Amino acid sequence: MFLARVIGRVWATAQEPGLNGQKLLLLQPMTPGGEVRGRAVIAVDAVGAGSGETVYWCRGRESTFPFLPGEVPTDATVVGIVDSISVTGSVAGRTTRK
Amino acid sequence: MIIGRVIGDLVATRKHSSHEGRKVLLVQPLTLEGQDRGDPLVALDWVDAGVGDRVLVVSEGWSAMTSVERPNSPIDMAVVAVVDTVDLAEADAH
Repeated sequence: MFLARVIGRVWATAQEPGLNGQKLLLLQPMTPGGEVRGRAVIAVDAVGAGSGETVYWCRGRESTFPFLPGEVPTDATVVGIVDSISVTGSVAGRTTRK
Repeated sequence: MIIGRVIGDLVATRKHSSHEGRKVLLVQPLTLEGQDRGDPLVALDWVDAGVGDRVLVVSEGWSAMTSVERPNSPIDMAVVAVVDTVDLAEADAH
């Protein structure tokens, strides 16, 4: 899984029926220290996440499993809302709580 | 699988039910020489690894979810071993 911050939402009227009722989130991948990394991705929400929250997300076929037996055509899903991150050691050699 | 070092963990009160009861670890991927490589990953723990441990991470869904005994779950990375040693026969090749 990967860390990201929710930076927005995507709305679509015409969509594959499996996406009906699913919230589409715009995610900005980031490091544990909060640095932006790479391009934004669009993910389905499985935990009720919203803008500004730090989340972790999974990718691939596994990302459809929260919705079983429904068939949601996604390759990325938010599976957890991060309350706090604790890092010790090699990342900038510091302990962070955020 | 990849080799990484556990650098921390995260707390998530709201998460998919299949992630309950497992530590959610932050793992920094490493080169064979032990240098940081890329950005930290988020993986569920299966071996009770702790901060500082060098570990093996499966980064593929079926293996990850099977290893933590949570089939059909949204899990694409899991820590499945704590590395004791790595024997590198031809260090120059890397």
